[in-house]
Amino acid sequence: MAVAQGKAPNETFVLNLGPQHPATHGVLRVKLTMDGEYITRAEPVPGYIHRMQEKMGENRTWAQYLPNTSRIDYLSAMAYTHGYVGAVERAAGIQVPPRAEYVRVITSELNRISSHLVWFGAFLLDLGGFTPLLYAFDDREKILDLLEGITGSRLTYSYYRFGGLYNDVDEDFLGGTREFVAQMRPRLGMYRTLVTENIILRKRLEGIGVITPEQCRKYGATGPVIRGSGIAYDVRKVEPYSVYADFEFDIPVFPEGDSMARYLVRMEEMGQSLRIIEQALAKLPDGPVMAEKVPRVLKPPAGDYCYAVEAARGRFAVLVVSDNKEMAYRIKLRTPSFSNLSLFEEVSQGMMLPDALALMGSLDLVIPDIDR
Amino acid sequence: MSLTLQQLQAHLGGLVFAPPEPAAAAAGPPTSPERSSPPESEAVPSSAATAPEPDGVRLVDYASRGVHLEVRTPASQVVAAAELLDREGFALDAVTGVDWIAQGEMEVIYDYFHPTAPWRVAVRSRIPRDHPQVPTISAVFPGANWHERETHDFFGIRFLGHPDLTPLLLPEDADFHPLKKDFAV
Amino acid sequence: MSLPEPFRLLAYLLGIMAFVGLNAAYLVWVERKGAGRFQRRPGPTEVGYAGLLQPIADAVKLLTKQVIVPPGADATLFRLAPVVVLAPALMCLAIIPFGPHLVAREINVGLLLLFAFGSINVMAIMIGGWASRNKYAIISAARVVSQDVAYEIPMLLVVITMLMVTGTMDLNQIVRQQAGAFWNWNLFKLAANPLMPVTFVIFYICMLAETNRAPFDMAEAESELVAGAFTEYAGMGFGVFFMAEYANIVVGCAVATVLFLGGWQSPIGILPGAFWFLLKLYALVFSVVWVRWTFPRTQFYGLLNLSWKILIPIALFTLILSSVMLKLF
Repeated sequence: MAVAQGKAPNETFVLNLGPQHPATHGVLRVKLTMDGEYITRAEPVPGYIHRMQEKMGENRTWAQYLPNTSRIDYLSAMAYTHGYVGAVERAAGIQVPPRAEYVRVITSELNRISSHLVWFGAFLLDLGGFTPLLYAFDDREKILDLLEGITGSRLTYSYYRFGGLYNDVDEDFLGGTREFVAQMRPRLGMYRTLVTENIILRKRLEGIGVITPEQCRKYGATGPVIRGSGIAYDVRKVEPYSVYADFEFDIPVFPEGDSMARYLVRMEEMGQSLRIIEQALAKLPDGPVMAEKVPRVLKPPAGDYCYAVEAARGRFAVLVVSDNKEMAYRIKLRTPSFSNLSLFEEVSQGMMLPDALALMGSLDLVIPDIDR
Repeated sequence: MSLTLQQLQAHLGGLVFAPPEPAAAAAGPPTSPERSSPPESEAVPSSAATAPEPDGVRLVDYASRGVHLEVRTPASQVVAAAELLDREGFALDAVTGVDWIAQGEMEVIYDYFHPTAPWRVAVRSRIPRDHPQVPTISAVFPGANWHERETHDFFGIRFLGHPDLTPLLLPEDADFHPLKKDFAV
Repeated sequence: MSLPEPFRLLAYLLGIMAFVGLNAAYLVWVERKGAGRFQRRPGPTEVGYAGLLQPIADAVKLLTKQVIVPPGADATLFRLAPVVVLAPALMCLAIIPFGPHLVAREINVGLLLLFAFGSINVMAIMIGGWASRNKYAIISAARVVSQDVAYEIPMLLVVITMLMVTGTMDLNQIVRQQAGAFWNWNLFKLAANPLMPVTFVIFYICMLAETNRAPFDMAEAESELVAGAFTEYAGMGFGVFFMAEYANIVVGCAVATVLFLGGWQSPIGILPGAFWFLLKLYALVFSVVWVRWTFPRTQFYGLLNLSWKILIPIALFTLILSSVMLKLF
């Protein structure tokens, strides 16, 4: 199909995709060596908005670093804060009260849906369909309003604290979330009939950009990418953190490995997130949302601690090394987009430009998540 | 997934932990000989002298640490460890470093996760700080290419045999390594 | 009309230019307003009532912008391309019968002329893309050429079918043949060719492709090629390309109306012909807008496959079918 076959060693040319290009959704540069419209080599050049987040972690206190974690992947800030807070809680041995854990799950899953909605819109935009973006943002707006109500912020929440939450959720949020879950289900059905079943979309995605399970493993690709390649890897199930073990939900897996499979994984995942939110709302216990004895100045015992969460784009792991001081000795952020992008060069070889962009869109890249 | 932690520990136990005994590698699952003894193996120190914990494979408490199995190994064995974990079906999570300036050492950490079993393995190796180099595992895990480039950016750790150690996240003319502890902010 | 011929022509040409200009401006408005409705938002509202003055504001903005010729570009060709793209569209409109007598120049080879001029559009985009010295523009230009060549063939096959059915190249004559109620339109002349509606659909698809409209907007493809052949154009250079796009849509829809939908013929016998012509024309134009905001873009080889593997065989089949029908009945 999209493979250059039997071509004479033609002249190739270099096409700079980015750092500012509509399809890279941020400042990612891809150096394409092109043979006509076929890509002979695609070399991603990240780092344009590298902020050295990991060094920042070493020269501010544990609590001061908290807001940074919302700014790595600004689309699923909740999960990132969860990863960092979880790592520090693990290091300091802080027990989080159950109500806080449930609220964390609810907000994380809401955030996952909003992130997938942005991806859905932006991906269709990559494919030249502009309209779904605005429908997706319509739904996302409701989530942002809900989260704004409890966190005071629409994107960079920093809602979790070591040992719990910044504040308790109110009835507005709980009622609004119930309402949202009820509204969102038919919307997902609408997306299925309007977009997923569109013949042009299917033709553009099916069989395009096939990533094998082996490639996922070798490159450490996670999230919808690995699940679109037929491996049911989800941190929420494999290494259950927080209270995810209490909920019933499925991991959508599609074995094809093409862009359509990754698309379908994310679309199904939104439904599963709604399921989790529903259960969490039903089971939400009463009680405090903050652990009792969290010291004002944290000094976790020396050692290294790791905590992984399933962010919207895949496995986000925080490795903290503490030397029993008020600042971290080392914070390593293992971000999913970084690993997911690293296989782009191998997979995109021999593809045509629009197919490669469909592949890139289906990886769901957030550039600060790569560059940190 | 039939793999248990104990089996895994036993497999990893086949790695060579005292450097000058390449014969011991044969006790474990077969490893390709040119990888298990990298060309610069004479530069590898006996890290057990200064490391806080001796080399070896140990089970650690997942609930408090976040990993199941911790492997401390000399730098010469990271490739063998990677190959072994590759055969067991592990996926590469991340490669990173820690600058232990007080001990004059750098630590290279290789994190692995298993896509179908809940195991997490951390392979750690200590190398001298003034001469930080380890063999690359990018031949085993191509995904390590970027992680090693990043680690080289941040710590100046040289990954021997790496195809392209040009800065990835830092500017292409960067000659500094910001995560070194003596790098002034 | 009692004006002497040169003055009459001049008046018509002015009228056509004004028509194209107004159409381009207000089709942008329709497009934006329509897109807004499809996307559950109001569209432009600020400038004038319901944003009606927005196109004027846009035009003023575009006109006051500097026309930048990028260094390294072929300045002559770069400046020539917008002219070459707009002129053929104007020429085409000169022979379109808007009403029984409302036509600038009635000529008996109208159909031929139409497609002769219609093909120049491709060359203009190619010139623009080539002269820009921009890789995106060149890729886009190459795409446009292969796309338009691919779609010219089924389109012309359809036109030959129509030619056989109608037996004339005179557009006004074609319209006159479709007099009466709507089942006399060529679209429903199933006695001449039972596949007539299919022919119309092929023509419509080809028209979308020829005018580089979504879902076949390979030339612009903003998420792949930034702005394609128009990447380097600023200000009115871009504005003229934009105008030409809409002018081409109008021409395409006008031809479809003439060939299939009975042109200025009124289906119920009231109101002047020009009204019906414009009604049919804008209904088609609206459907073009509708398609654009509903579908994602096709992949380039999918587009070519559609033409070579599906449309051309079907068009050939209808051609043969109608010639057989012509012979038999």
